Amino acid sequence: MDINPIKIFHPSAAKRNRMWLRLLSLGLGLLCWQVTSVFSGVEVFILPSPLAVWSRFMVAVQDGSLFRDIGVTLSEVVLGLIVGVTLATILGYSVAKSRALEQVLSPYLVASQAIPVVAIAPLLVLWFGYGMFSKVLICALIVFFPVLINTIVGIRAVPRAFYDLMDSLRATRKQILTKVEIPAALPIFLGGLRIGATLSVIGAVVGELIGSKYGLGNLINRARVGYDMPMVYVAVFMLIFLALGLYGIVARAEKKLLRWQEEK
Amino acid sequence: MTTEPILTVKNLSVVFPDSNGGLHALDDISFEVCPRDFICFLGPSGSGKTTLLRILASLLSPTTGEIKFINHQHPQIGMVFQQSNLMPWRSVMDNIKLPLELEGADEVNARIKAQEMIDLVGLNGFEDSWPRDLSGGMAQRVAIARALIHDPDLLLLDEPFGSLDAITRERMWMELSRIWQARQKTVIMVTHSINESLFLADKVLVLTQRPGKIKLDLQVDLPRPRKDDIRYTPHFGKLARKLREAIE
Repeated sequence: MDINPIKIFHPSAAKRNRMWLRLLSLGLGLLCWQVTSVFSGVEVFILPSPLAVWSRFMVAVQDGSLFRDIGVTLSEVVLGLIVGVTLATILGYSVAKSRALEQVLSPYLVASQAIPVVAIAPLLVLWFGYGMFSKVLICALIVFFPVLINTIVGIRAVPRAFYDLMDSLRATRKQILTKVEIPAALPIFLGGLRIGATLSVIGAVVGELIGSKYGLGNLINRARVGYDMPMVYVAVFMLIFLALGLYGIVARAEKKLLRWQEEK
Repeated sequence: MTTEPILTVKNLSVVFPDSNGGLHALDDISFEVCPRDFICFLGPSGSGKTTLLRILASLLSPTTGEIKFINHQHPQIGMVFQQSNLMPWRSVMDNIKLPLELEGADEVNARIKAQEMIDLVGLNGFEDSWPRDLSGGMAQRVAIARALIHDPDLLLLDEPFGSLDAITRERMWMELSRIWQARQKTVIMVTHSINESLFLADKVLVLTQRPGKIKLDLQVDLPRPRKDDIRYTPHFGKLARKLREAIE
């Protein structure tokens, strides 16, 4: 009779090992930074020490100014993601289903990808102002393409045989969508979303650097002008954590939704 | 048995359009199927066997000819494909209850029925396994359970054991034979294995090379239930020889 394969490998133990390596690497990096900034003689203005950045961070947390900027950037990123992902998914699905539509849209889609968002961001800020709207738009634009492409690829990769099965059972269009197409395309779609989530943070910062009232990009500008270098570093780290957080949420969703996939 | 046929196929032909006048896949196929019959279409590759099944499953329309089902236009179909075609994101249990879900059956009922099917195909203990953890034979058992759960009028088997190794395949013949006796389904199967068709079917129809025509209509008068060693009886050998001669 058939027996389940025996697992000799213990993934949890290996994971713990890798976790330690990661923390060790981070600790060493911070140590190098601290040593360099103290002993190299580089001006604090150029390279503040990690401790200086940390104390600046605590001050900014206590006076609450940091949260407003984080909040603004986070809202832009999340709204941009929602808009970009929604449009890309709907359009991607339609294009995957219709070769004619693909022909009609492909010149625009390729062109939209050929133009770097950084290049048109100033235009968007000029047209739509210094407020959040222009940043949401930039985020949505930058997120759009990877999600679109992965939706198309994901839907087109659904095996023909599943359609045959569903047709033989007289499934409705909606049932085919929810029970076959969405779950089958999900791995590739989430891959696109993971890329999009990090790109979205870049979009928001680019927009804020060009012209804004609040946000982490704006904070970088303000701190720079005021020669508050530790604050610039604080803002940069906040951006890193924001991107990591979003990436982590998608990665977690992937793990939960794609339990059925082979462990890699 | 003199029951009324559940399915009547008359003068069925299929031509696939192509650049030089069309590809003639099936030519003038006529046959009848009675309730609880086990009919087998036997033929070489390219004889249009799969095309015929796809037509019966209404996945394809014939070019000419007619198909009549006894009481309603569209019978419930249960289909088993060459590959098990299990959805990798569904557990064994969820794969089996898919047809009931599509019919909008309630969850509790669906699970009870799925459990019955799991018992029938001998997969107890694997309810929550993912398809990736199943062997080829187990996966095909799941596929058979899925094809039977909604109590279809017609079970269509498209070389269901074609991708299995020889030993597993023969074991699956016994399994299918047992399941068929237990569920009393009307089955139409296509295969290119003479032994498989004789072991399982009441009637074997031999198809010719493209365009597929029915060349031989052989009644298999072997007693049931059939055991593994029936394949070594002289009568089995005689029938096998007849089929072999009919296949070009």
